[in-house]
Amino acid sequence: MDLSAINPLVLIASLMVASTPILLAALGELVVEKAGVLNLGVEGMMITGAICGFAIAVETDNPALGFVAAMAGGAILSLIFGVMTQVLLSNQVASGLALTLFGLGLSALMGQGYVGIKPPATHDLNFGPLADIPVLGPVLFSHDAVVYISLALVVAVWAVLKFTRLGLILRAVGENHDAAHALGYKVVRIRILAIMFGGACAGLGGAYISLIRVPQWTEGMTAGAGWIALAIVVFASWKPVRVLIGAYLFGGITVLQLNLQAAGVAIPVEYLSMSPYLITILVLVIMSADRSRAALNAPASLGRVFHASS
Amino acid sequence: MTTLLNIDGLTKAYPGVVANDNVSFSIQPGEVHALLGENGAGKSTLVKMIYGLVKPDKGRMTLHGQPYEPAEPRAARAAGVAMVFQHFSLFDALNVAENIALGMEKPPAMRDLAARIREVSENYGLPLDPSRTVGDLSAGERQRVEIIRCLLQDPKLLIMDEPTSVLTPQEVEILFKTLRKLSAEGTAILYISHKLEEIRTLCDGATILRLGKVVDSCNPREKSASELAEMMVGTKLTPPSRPEAEPGEVVLEVTNLSVKSANPFGTSLKDISFTVREGEVLGIGGVAGNGQDELLSALSGETLAPNDAVRLRGESIGHMGPNPRRHIAVLTAPEERLGHAAAPDMSLIENALLTGAIRQGLVRNGFLNWPATRIFAESIIKQFDVRTPGAGNAARSLSGGNLQKFVIGREVLQKPEVLVVNQPTWGVDASAAAAIRQSILDLAENGTAVIVISQDLDELMEISDRFAALNEGRLSPPRPARGLTMEEIGLMMGGAHDMEVAHAEA
Repeated sequence: MDLSAINPLVLIASLMVASTPILLAALGELVVEKAGVLNLGVEGMMITGAICGFAIAVETDNPALGFVAAMAGGAILSLIFGVMTQVLLSNQVASGLALTLFGLGLSALMGQGYVGIKPPATHDLNFGPLADIPVLGPVLFSHDAVVYISLALVVAVWAVLKFTRLGLILRAVGENHDAAHALGYKVVRIRILAIMFGGACAGLGGAYISLIRVPQWTEGMTAGAGWIALAIVVFASWKPVRVLIGAYLFGGITVLQLNLQAAGVAIPVEYLSMSPYLITILVLVIMSADRSRAALNAPASLGRVFHASS
Repeated sequence: MTTLLNIDGLTKAYPGVVANDNVSFSIQPGEVHALLGENGAGKSTLVKMIYGLVKPDKGRMTLHGQPYEPAEPRAARAAGVAMVFQHFSLFDALNVAENIALGMEKPPAMRDLAARIREVSENYGLPLDPSRTVGDLSAGERQRVEIIRCLLQDPKLLIMDEPTSVLTPQEVEILFKTLRKLSAEGTAILYISHKLEEIRTLCDGATILRLGKVVDSCNPREKSASELAEMMVGTKLTPPSRPEAEPGEVVLEVTNLSVKSANPFGTSLKDISFTVREGEVLGIGGVAGNGQDELLSALSGETLAPNDAVRLRGESIGHMGPNPRRHIAVLTAPEERLGHAAAPDMSLIENALLTGAIRQGLVRNGFLNWPATRIFAESIIKQFDVRTPGAGNAARSLSGGNLQKFVIGREVLQKPEVLVVNQPTWGVDASAAAAIRQSILDLAENGTAVIVISQDLDELMEISDRFAALNEGRLSPPRPARGLTMEEIGLMMGGAHDMEVAHAEA
């Protein structure tokens, strides 16, 4: 066992990379849940995004186009969920689970011709001399564009929800859909748009795994990242900045686990791979122990079917 | 002066029911016009059409002489029509300014909006802090938020749907002052209510709806309340009555009951004490959200109380859950019919079983006795005149009044020693309400101690022997109901909530 083999700077830099997929997916889901919709299909949308992005990047030899395709793929898949739950008024939990299973199957089918191929490389942004600053350089200025996009998205989602009318309407729809409807807001339209935003974010996160983090295509390669993303939204009590903290925390555990293995720590691997889920369960228990506080943070209409009667 | 709003032959049908049938009337600028009718008479559908939430099947409206066909509330607001909803259309987790911004077409920046809210609210005598979270406000303050939201848009016609049902008499006074000021400034008000005295003091004209049709119109100042009631119901109503009787010994005794509310926006009970005697009806008034639900669940056993805080004939029962309390004949009928008092998608038979199983002996060794349950359900339906095709129908399919008769009847037939009812006639038409009140009085006559929690003060004055009021989780000392004036009652209810009115001791 040699813990000194773990370089903290490299650890932090790789933590940011490892966390980006769940950060993106969790941000998308945060917006969806703020609009009052519980979409449990994050895993399915991520894996679909992963294969859409991978396939298009390989075919066009352009990773940027791949990311755009991943967002489109995730959004289209989420639209199925949107139509089912918002127009046909089916149960959100069941539809979300079905979406995950469907996404896993669909991606496996689409990805059959792409196993074992290497995607075109995505280059890190060049910040010139900034990257040579000690400590800050390798941590902050040595990443690809998507990492910075995900960070910008945290700020953007926070600002939009807090300061803009769009964000206010979105929160209002999630808080009390009947009142929002009575005031003349298009509850169904707003929710479907939020669902598609969530799908696009999840798709982008998925493609980040298949194009940068791994980078290759294997079936089921998201390996539960979507579920962690869902847990992070609750963990963060629906606040964007806490989503960032949660995602980096869980990403950090994943990376640390790999590093510890490499350093030969004598803990069975399984314990470490379990740890993000264990922490999630713990956090959920602690949060829901105080019923009234958990209820205060959650959007009041979350998961409830909206039916515009009369 | 030209007519402000003219309604001509509006018709709207829903599957199985014509909500509005050829309704016509008109409103002048500055007029306070009442729309009178029982629940289900079509008042709500009519105003929803005026506000653009529902499209009429037939008929036309004109506003300022121009054709007026609002496709959505936004269009109605743009035309100068604003509405204060019966069930507040507010967002608990957002603050006052955010709530108001949501109801405006082009809200100014938040800082300017806050300043305007302060200005307008003080101008109309309805002070309001823009930065407070709506979930923490009292019912009267919440209504103020809605009114200010409308006033900020400078409406020509203000629709108010049952605005006083949640207010104390003092708050009603303040509201009426505001409405008179608005009317003097030329804003017309369409006022929906079934509180006849209010309409007589406030309104210049009234249109009376029954079963979706305009049956009459009048100047309410020239009519008596009972004349108005007859126009509304179509028949004469006999008020409930019972012979005078001396109450017996104390059955239920509550001492220093304090319970924390499970709901983050709920009200915790603070130090509540009262007694109820055999054959006595204790009326508990108060504005909604002052601890009524919490009191009911502490008495029903849904929330457990300190063991000695609740006693039945001297025995401590605070630690008992609902079923042990049913064993000893402490029964309750909660306010929310669908979902609390009855399971909406279960049949009346199943619902009869849910609370009746213990006292009626409908369960043997874990097996259900369906034939006996059916007989029990059918006897409720028969004795309480519940209009339904059969006991096998889902609770959801019954109208509010009929389901309420069923829910109350179910408890009454179990011969309770103590019966607690919350809002027994909420949303129930006048004749069903009279029947329910009579059954409560009959029960008291046979020696049951009855607690009626209600926001309808007229109802409480009609049936209670003693009256107490809940205010922010505290209960005023009960006083004999006979001879109490509206003003005294209002002060027991806490006067005008959070207004600069002296809190004199009653």
